[in-house]
Amino acid sequence: MGENGTLWLPEPASTLAPELDGLFYFVYYASLLIFVGVVGAMAYFTFVYRRRRPDELPKPVKDNKVVEMASVVLPTILVLVVFTWGFKTYVKLYTAPPDAYQIQVRARQWSWEFEYPNGSRSFGELHVPVDRPVRLVMNSQDVLHSFFVPAFRVKMDVLPNRYTSVWFQATKQGEFDLFCTEYCGTAHSGMIGKVVAHSEADFQKWLQESQVGDLSPVERGELLYTQQTCNACHSVDGSAGVGPTFQGLFGRERPLEGGGTVLADEDYIRESIVNPAAKVAQGFNPVMPASYASLPAEDIDALVAYIKSLGN
Amino acid sequence: MSNIATPATATGSVHHGAGHNYLNHAKSLKSWLLTLDHKRIGLMYLVTVSLAFLAGGILALLVRAELIAPGQTIMDAQTYNQIFSLHGIIMVFAFIIPSIPAVMGNFALPMHLGAKDVAFPRLNLASYYIYVLGIAIALAAMLVGNVDTGWTFYTPYSKSVGDSVLLLTFGVFVAGFSSILTGLNFIVTVHKMRAPGLTWNRLPLFVWSIYATSIVQVLATPVIGITMLLLFLERLMGIGIFDPALGGDPVLFQHFFWFYSHPAVYIMILPAFGVISELMATFSRRPVMGYKFVALSSVAIAFLGFLVWGHHMFVSGQSAVSSIIFSLLTYLIGIPTGIKVINWVGTMYKGSVWLRTPMLYALAFLFLFSIGGFTGIMLGVLAVDVHLHDTYFVVAHFHYVMMGGTVIAALGGLHYWWPKMTGKMYNETLGRIGVGLIFVGFNLTFFTQFILGSQGMPRRYYDYLPEFASLHALSTYGSWILAAGLFLVAAYLIASLFRGEKAPANPWGAATLEWTNATSPPDPHNFVRTPIVTRGPYDYHLARELFGNGAGDGDGAAPVPEVRDTTHQSS
Amino acid sequence: MASTTATAHADTHREAHHPPHLQHHFVSSEQQFDAAKMGMWLFLITEILLFSGMFVAYTVYRVWHPEVFVRSAELLDWRLGGLNTLVLLASSFTVALGIHYIQNGDRKGLVVNLILTLLFAATFMVVKYFEYTGKFAHGIFPGEHFHPHEGYEQYNIPYAPQFFSIYFVMTGIHGFHVLVGMGIFVWITLRALKGHFSSEYYTPVELSGLYWHLVDIIWIFLFPLLYLI
Repeated sequence: MGENGTLWLPEPASTLAPELDGLFYFVYYASLLIFVGVVGAMAYFTFVYRRRRPDELPKPVKDNKVVEMASVVLPTILVLVVFTWGFKTYVKLYTAPPDAYQIQVRARQWSWEFEYPNGSRSFGELHVPVDRPVRLVMNSQDVLHSFFVPAFRVKMDVLPNRYTSVWFQATKQGEFDLFCTEYCGTAHSGMIGKVVAHSEADFQKWLQESQVGDLSPVERGELLYTQQTCNACHSVDGSAGVGPTFQGLFGRERPLEGGGTVLADEDYIRESIVNPAAKVAQGFNPVMPASYASLPAEDIDALVAYIKSLGN
Repeated sequence: MSNIATPATATGSVHHGAGHNYLNHAKSLKSWLLTLDHKRIGLMYLVTVSLAFLAGGILALLVRAELIAPGQTIMDAQTYNQIFSLHGIIMVFAFIIPSIPAVMGNFALPMHLGAKDVAFPRLNLASYYIYVLGIAIALAAMLVGNVDTGWTFYTPYSKSVGDSVLLLTFGVFVAGFSSILTGLNFIVTVHKMRAPGLTWNRLPLFVWSIYATSIVQVLATPVIGITMLLLFLERLMGIGIFDPALGGDPVLFQHFFWFYSHPAVYIMILPAFGVISELMATFSRRPVMGYKFVALSSVAIAFLGFLVWGHHMFVSGQSAVSSIIFSLLTYLIGIPTGIKVINWVGTMYKGSVWLRTPMLYALAFLFLFSIGGFTGIMLGVLAVDVHLHDTYFVVAHFHYVMMGGTVIAALGGLHYWWPKMTGKMYNETLGRIGVGLIFVGFNLTFFTQFILGSQGMPRRYYDYLPEFASLHALSTYGSWILAAGLFLVAAYLIASLFRGEKAPANPWGAATLEWTNATSPPDPHNFVRTPIVTRGPYDYHLARELFGNGAGDGDGAAPVPEVRDTTHQSS
Repeated sequence: MASTTATAHADTHREAHHPPHLQHHFVSSEQQFDAAKMGMWLFLITEILLFSGMFVAYTVYRVWHPEVFVRSAELLDWRLGGLNTLVLLASSFTVALGIHYIQNGDRKGLVVNLILTLLFAATFMVVKYFEYTGKFAHGIFPGEHFHPHEGYEQYNIPYAPQFFSIYFVMTGIHGFHVLVGMGIFVWITLRALKGHFSSEYYTPVELSGLYWHLVDIIWIFLFPLLYLI
């Protein structure tokens, strides 16, 4: 359905995608052929041997040995072909070339963080060069996640207690969808990102520019607000979502779930980021993940500064 | 149901009125709630399981309604996640697992064997109440707390969310015992309660499939029991087996979980194979092609089913070697299943095909289950699975197997045994309309999801990107047609209890014992005399010699086989 | 299948020889006994599978962290475990003896041996109680509450909590089975005292004996795996 995709598969944009698509369509057409045969026979028998008189009693039929043997042997050969093919492609999918460009991936509820060899980081958007193998080494800060880019036909679970890895080589420049496919809680469906494939030159340029160091704390906080998908639950326009809005939050007395109030100062905001369940605002559920505690201190500072800037 | 009148046989019992049967021989509520009669227990399961299906179905409609358009439509993300989790948990544990074995197995299996009851009637009743208790605990957990783990309870997420997961896993643990005890009861019944002359190769294929199912229930369910118990303890005191924060391993949980849950797929589908075998034989009036193969492959599938759990975990971080082995084994189990389909289609060859409602369900099964099977092969291909895993393709695949397979077969079986269970015929025209609506609605709902999935739409998503919107909307419209079909079925079946025509003893001209040797509805003891079996289950020629004209007619107008209960001796 | 509905003598339950313990849907005492025994064996298989899940967890963690398991096992007293092994073996013997007596119609022998079995089982639980409380006193709890102190500090190593989780869960569930077994034997003893059993009918005694042997066998695996190696 993508511009260059087919009815069944999205536009292929990695070196291995065409091989996998070929396999997909081989199984698809073989299945379709057999399926049409089975349903055709079914329809034909239903019509030709329909009951004409209530007391009709068909003569016994001897089982046809040739049909029986064929119905065992042919599918067996077919699945062995498919298995071998699938196995070979699978091995390629999980054997990264040794010279692959390595990017560190951290997943947490509900955002992606990518760290590049030069130390720059990006959130929600993975930037890669085309025509160069890229290997992702992935780890989760909390529950299970799964890294899935349909256009590249790659997927791998991201686990909290070990590193998993996946590799691909993009063949087209452009933006591609990135999904989390292992259910990870309330905003699972908000954990959508992008893969941006640049030409080698653009990629190097992006790497240089992506250093976030010289932004002001408020600007950096604003960037983090979307990169860390805070916006999935917290609006900045006053509307309530899964969590309270940030608009006009800072400096107010906040009623709490279970009674009492608290002044929304820097300490309260910081505590709500690193330990969300400690003081829950009235009318909301304690569903915010605790994983933001693992953000670097300067990021938390920047978020506090940003929320503070929305205070009035 | 108490006003069910005489069975259509001319000959009645000597000691009782002609209408003496298992439904009306005692009428108090207590006589139902404390009954040891397998047929009544089967009906109690039917009512409970139908309620579970209704609840799960309404939840499914809510899920589809939310997904009709991107963004928030009728509920927030948190609610959505709870609703799809409840849908899965109710449908799997409260509906599909007990559906065919507990309802039709209980009703038909002892009669297929020529027995008066299952081997342990009291245990059978206990199983029912354990099931109800387990479901009640699980429901209570779902109502008090925010369970949004999905039906798979993957750690560590299930460790991190609301405490009601604790209660819920306990409920699943309790319900598991019901499954174990039912399976145990059926295995012993098949081994020890067969009527004289009923050798293993004269068993109806329904018995074979329930027997194979029971083996899986007995062998696999204890593992989910211990898994749920460990998860329970993990939450209660942090034993650190599955929780990575405490040094445990979440992938180990997945191994435990799928070691049960993949065989559980066969608990769900094998009984459907049995029903379809009965339907194809009866409505083609021919023995099932390759009887021995179909019978033994059920048992083979039951055992092989234990060796393929890892195919759920190709991208989970398990080793590549295990993935390759599991992929190969998955094909081993796919082949006998495929050959069964060919055998069922072959059964119609040179037969006498009668397109009554149950047969229409059987044909719909062959169509839908084949699609489920082929897409299963696709998912078993290692590299392709990497792309399709955890997308709507998987959702569509297992709905084609579970709903297009098991639920369609269960509906076929229900329409097949309905006259025997209730003594009433339902409206045939409405029955056919029902099949049509369900078939169209089902395909519209779920075929679209195959395309969504292979295009990259992940499962368990509350919200989605705009490019998926049109297919999602189509799928939701399909769900309404499907629901209309199912409500229609419920309506005319219930109506038939009050206004349906009396059912003859053998409206379909079937040849198994519950049709040839018992009235509709049957005697409290099933058979007036213990049958002595002298032929195979689908020997329509011998059946006719023994019983006269076996031509069935759902309207009860044509000659019906004689049921020889003229010399009723029990008092 | 089906059938001439001819004869079939044994099915009308009022007519033929009909001992009081025979349920109406069985044809004969043998059929009833065979069915009950098969049912029990199947139940025992499910019990084995229940434990096998835990044995898998044990094996997996042992393979991952063998040195931790060897070290942690030092904390378990093999003498107490060994004593319990002997006690359980003796109780299995007395159960078998009880069945032997009732087969020969000796009700008194049955009751005496059932009471002996109960005493052995109680001994087992008492020893277990002292083992558990001895561990708890030093902060040896399962999982996240694992916090050894008072001389056991050197056992505070990674994955030792897993060992003790597995230890407590396995022996705990086994202990629960012993308690259930004791309940069953109390019930069987009471029935035996009322004269419910004879050389003709002793199915419940035999079945509870089978169950008890299983409890015994599982301990025979648990003891070396947890205490010795």
